[in-house]
Amino acid sequence: MWLGERVIHARALTKTYGDFTAVAGIDFDVQPGESFGILGPNGAGKSTTMRMLGATLQRSSGDLRILDHDPVSDGPLIRAHLGVVPQEDNLDTELTVAENIYTYGRYFGLKRGYLRGRVDDLLAFAQLEDKRDAKVDDLSGGMKRRLTIARGLVNEPTILLLDEPTTGLDPQARHVLWDRLFRLKETGVTLVITTHHMDEAEQLCDRLVVMDRARIVAEGSPADLIRRYSTREVVEVRFGSDRNAEVATQLEGIGERREVLADRILVYTDTGEADLEHIVGRGFMPVTSLVRRSSLEDVFLHLTGRSLADE
Amino acid sequence: MTIATRIDAPVGIHGPRRGAWHVAEYRLRNMWKWRSAIISFGIGHPVLYLASIGLGVGLLVDTSSGGVDGVPYLVFLGPALLATAALQGGGDETMFPTLAGFLWNKLFYSMRATSLTGAQIADGVLLAAGFRVLFTTLTYWLVLAIFGAVSWSTAPSLVALGLLAGLAWGAVMLAATSFVKHEDGFLSLVGRLIVMPMFLFSGTFYPLDALPLAIRWVGWISPLWHATELGRWLSYGLALPWWQLAISVIYLLALAVGGLLIGRRQFERRLTS
Ligand SMILES: Nc1ncnc2c1ncn2[C@@H]1O[C@H](COP(=O)(O)OP(=O)(O)OP(=O)(O)O)[C@@H](O)[C@H]1O
Ligand SMILES: [Mg+2]
Repeated sequence: MWLGERVIHARALTKTYGDFTAVAGIDFDVQPGESFGILGPNGAGKSTTMRMLGATLQRSSGDLRILDHDPVSDGPLIRAHLGVVPQEDNLDTELTVAENIYTYGRYFGLKRGYLRGRVDDLLAFAQLEDKRDAKVDDLSGGMKRRLTIARGLVNEPTILLLDEPTTGLDPQARHVLWDRLFRLKETGVTLVITTHHMDEAEQLCDRLVVMDRARIVAEGSPADLIRRYSTREVVEVRFGSDRNAEVATQLEGIGERREVLADRILVYTDTGEADLEHIVGRGFMPVTSLVRRSSLEDVFLHLTGRSLADE
Repeated sequence: MTIATRIDAPVGIHGPRRGAWHVAEYRLRNMWKWRSAIISFGIGHPVLYLASIGLGVGLLVDTSSGGVDGVPYLVFLGPALLATAALQGGGDETMFPTLAGFLWNKLFYSMRATSLTGAQIADGVLLAAGFRVLFTTLTYWLVLAIFGAVSWSTAPSLVALGLLAGLAWGAVMLAATSFVKHEDGFLSLVGRLIVMPMFLFSGTFYPLDALPLAIRWVGWISPLWHATELGRWLSYGLALPWWQLAISVIYLLALAVGGLLIGRRQFERRLTS
């Protein structure tokens, strides 16, 4: 089967553990050079999906083709062209930074001569040149993540699979990492990224699927999804956690729809400032208020009735 | 820029052609870091055993009963100690890396994310263990020869026997360890219930016939006893029927091959579930 312009092709892809379904028949395609996101809360099935894509987990049923091959029969061949950044860094703590990349390259059967140059390039790319002889345990979380990415690039992969690349990093470290990933994307590498940070998905992904409880609940570009599942703006008002629910019942008719969370009310509207005035006009003085643009967070809330950030 | 949407590189679907060697290369580099411990143990172990038991107990045995099997005690003991060291080397170099790879540093999971297969990882661990056994057996043989426990001409045959025995036990431990889900208890279980009895009841220090029939079976299933008997036959010509020689060789070969096959399958299974 010739896939044309698709590097990943998944149909009814399913993974079950006994009676439990971790991934329940998902469909998606990834185009070459695209940066594709899987956004979802804890336990949605993101890592399970990633491991099937990486040919390190057998699927239970459905079709999956990576680079026009089936991971069941051609796993090593596929993995030779993949870079994998797992959710948990699994660097070799007995080796130095440079040795980690070199050794990993040897597992692919790459030549020593080639690897010497490649290690230097990747250390430069990951901005770890002055750490080349450091032990892995002496690196910061952000550095470890960059090293794991550099290691995953040693075989010049066509597709790089990144499972929650920035979870647990501080904002500055995240931005450094995003910058590296942008550069990578410019070189034409296909990125598949899972995350439960909507800002990360908005920043990095050309297109994404929203996953919840083992299923894909929506698909599109970030802007697309916001247009389809949310309004242009959102008014956030807080009346104190004991009053939010009660006030919300009396805001009927303001905005397109409203969501009541534990700590605030969200009013979905295209005219935020005007609607905030309406609320105040009805005699409700919020403790704090904010008018902002819709984000993927709102898309997720709308689609699942739950907040990503609360998980 | 054009981007590949299908694979054209010539990587075999069974992984890189020399995948097991790449894994072994890693293991050997890791052993190299422990070289001073490996070398001092490799020499210290035989020297200690030969000096204390070989010469000490040997003096007692030889003066009171004129040796065992018609040879001095040291000559009787030598092949058994060599076989013990070979088995221990093979077992250690598969058991600990396998526990580490699956449980401690989970290194096998990152290896399996490359083009390596689970079977190649298993092969590589055993291959590297084979090099370790070769080294251990060679040093052991050298010390034995210096002490006069073996004749100089036995080098090739005893070293080959050590390699076979070490690989057999290494493969068994490779397979057994690949099923271990929690480390707690496993190491002491192996130590107390398997290695210790094997060491005591394999005819190492006295012929197996000296034991009551009720526990002689421990020796019969023990690869150490089979290796020891073969070693004595090779070293000083212990009289053994041909069928016992054949069974011993086949038994060791079967453990090596069977252990590796089970290990390969379990490695691949465990790394893809
Ligand atoms: N080996 C396993 N056996 C049984 N259940 C499993 C196994 N691996 C994962 N699961 C379950 O499958 C579900 C999906 O897990 P997965 O790790 O894919 O989620 P995730 O979206 O990556 O979550 P997170 O954001 O926490 O990483 C979870 O409920 C998890 O408990
Ligand atoms: Mg996950």
